[in-house]
Amino acid sequence: MRQTLRRNVTAHGFLLGALLCFALFSWYPMIREIVMSFQRTKRGHTRWVGLDNLDLLTQDPAFWQAWRNTLLFTVLALALGFAVPFVVAIVLNELRHAKGYLRVLVYLPVMMPPVASVLLFKYFYDPGYGLFNNILHTLHLPTSAWLNSSDTAMISVVIAATWMNMGGATLIYLAALQTIPGELYEAAELDGAGLLRRIWHVTIPQTRLILSLLLLLQIVATMQVFVEPYLLTGGNGPQGSTTTVVYLIYQYAFNFNNYGAASALGLVLLLVLAAFSAVYVRLSRNND
Amino acid sequence: MNRDRLLRRSVALVAAAGLALTAAACSSSSGSSDGGDKGGSADAAAPLDPNTKVTLSIDCEPPVTKAAERKQWEDDIKEFNKQYPNVTINAKDASPCEEPPAFTAQLKGKTQPDVFYSYFTDLNQVLDEDGAEDISAYVNEKTVPALKDIDPSVLATLKSDGKLYGLPTSNYKMGLLYNRKLFTQAGLDPDKPPTTWPEVREAAKKIAALGNGVNGYGDYSATNQGGWHFTAELYGLGGSMTTEDGKKAAFNTAEGKQVLQNLYDMRWTDNSMGATQGLKWPDLMTQMSSDKLGMYIGAPDDITYMVQTLKGKYEDYGMGPMIGGKGALLGGNDYLFKKGSTPDQIKAGIAWINFKYLTVGKGQFQYSRNKADGLPVGLPQPAFFTGASLEADNKAKAADATVPVANYAPFINTPVPGKTEPANAQQIYKVLDNAVSGVLTDKGAGVDKLLSDAETQVNQVLASLQ
Repeated sequence: MRQTLRRNVTAHGFLLGALLCFALFSWYPMIREIVMSFQRTKRGHTRWVGLDNLDLLTQDPAFWQAWRNTLLFTVLALALGFAVPFVVAIVLNELRHAKGYLRVLVYLPVMMPPVASVLLFKYFYDPGYGLFNNILHTLHLPTSAWLNSSDTAMISVVIAATWMNMGGATLIYLAALQTIPGELYEAAELDGAGLLRRIWHVTIPQTRLILSLLLLLQIVATMQVFVEPYLLTGGNGPQGSTTTVVYLIYQYAFNFNNYGAASALGLVLLLVLAAFSAVYVRLSRNND
Repeated sequence: MNRDRLLRRSVALVAAAGLALTAAACSSSSGSSDGGDKGGSADAAAPLDPNTKVTLSIDCEPPVTKAAERKQWEDDIKEFNKQYPNVTINAKDASPCEEPPAFTAQLKGKTQPDVFYSYFTDLNQVLDEDGAEDISAYVNEKTVPALKDIDPSVLATLKSDGKLYGLPTSNYKMGLLYNRKLFTQAGLDPDKPPTTWPEVREAAKKIAALGNGVNGYGDYSATNQGGWHFTAELYGLGGSMTTEDGKKAAFNTAEGKQVLQNLYDMRWTDNSMGATQGLKWPDLMTQMSSDKLGMYIGAPDDITYMVQTLKGKYEDYGMGPMIGGKGALLGGNDYLFKKGSTPDQIKAGIAWINFKYLTVGKGQFQYSRNKADGLPVGLPQPAFFTGASLEADNKAKAADATVPVANYAPFINTPVPGKTEPANAQQIYKVLDNAVSGVLTDKGAGVDKLLSDAETQVNQVLASLQ
């Protein structure tokens, strides 16, 4: 045992560094957050309050609105953010020319600082001088209020978020697509399969693993959306239409100085995502 | 799971738990950050003995990018040290002086400087975190000679349960900011700004009629600032946000409805507010400094921002009293003293604040120096002096004025009683943001419903905070 330890002392040394980082910057804050979820601080005195913080949250009308908005964002972001990169990856995979340039073009938005991208879209969406309404106007189509209406604010945020983030997913799909043996497509073609049937019967089954992994990651990421609505609409949006759960956590922590309630909401989000991930993994395993 | 794996996991868990506990132990310790004499003086009411050796940290030193202010700060420390040679001030620069998220985290971690900048509305938050010392015993006319001339309503914002926790450095009352150039172009008299909402509506229509993307009136409706401006406009009409005990909403009244109806009418009936909404600080200043906005509700220091940061011109802006004239939302900033500061640190901090911010003719009130350094002189802010100090300050200000003081005459000559923000302001503002953004973004919005929904929600929020 002692000899094994001595032999691996360097490895253990490196491990200790990583452990220290995780302990200080991940595990400790997580434990602290769980503890604070059940505490409240008033006039310097911190006391245990059981589930009072959760009770306070559920009495806040913004709580349920934030969950509805977050779920709406997740559904819309998946509908666009999951399908669009996949289609783009298929198209890129099929191209014979200018592949490299197009890949760079698709990935370019990911390299832009998020704030710059968001400000760009803010300009595009402006109902007065914005690019989108100018195009619609030129084409004699009805214009939109975009971020200035509770009906269209969320979808506007989703479009901007998809544009900003789709490059990464596209490259991963593309890498997966390129591992599919060409013979499978040739065999399908010989059997008379058209483009859509080839995608359905060859592409999707062959990339199922990567698709399911990205679906899980995207759901976890989209449920934690903060930057895009915060910068595009100031967080709330018209009549609270873009208030998300993470923005509400931010409000409770930094605007209301209620770390207990903010931690409780963070814990609820963690539990929801953990439960979802567990169910998802179980279902995926059963399907396998 | 085999034994080796179990052992490895156990070791990792024990290590993690140990580290977490160590970190918890570290984070719960507090105390003065810069040391200083821990002995303290026996008589709290006595001014600081110049022979006392004391070190204190203080924030809100102007950054190097604000060269003139920075130089003045450094010169003032040298001047202060002539009287108190043994006081060492460790200044920390910041611009802006307070970022609410960072401020909150600072309080939580107890890492604020010994003397720290805050807004008037922060006191409750600071006291909830046990972050400030009671300085009542230290503040008197020996330590702050102009004390009797400081507006009691300003000092009241720095008190809780009768105890004083800070000293003001600046304050403001909100009023109507307007673009004089656009007023002239629209055929309005720039020396007679509107004082009632019907007058504002008429002026806004004329300004918007200039076209070229010019809006007559603007308002915030995001990041809780819609609620903040709703409050200011309600105060102007004589309304209140909550009942006196702060437990119930009190804005669903004729005045509250009038505020929302005015905004709705200007946005949809007159189309004088433009289609771009969801505005937040500093969008209105950006619009006004580029001559695209005629009027909005703001504070005098917005003018400084428009000139110094957005490159506007002082002569283009004017200020009138708060519309309605029954009350003006007041705010400002101050310095508080970190919990655990020694008596000598508190005395040294008070001596510095008195020298830099509360003495006519010195520090921020040394107008001849401000003029020479190219800083504005003549804005109606700060405005916490009364009596003899006010008279002396006004005289000195007039002698060195660099901005067109006459542009603010309608504001100065029509004093409106100040009114502080309600308790739990941010929670209330968050709800009212929805009502304000509702009337500004939804043509079918019903004022009555928006206001009664907001009332129900604010009552729910306030009940949960009791």
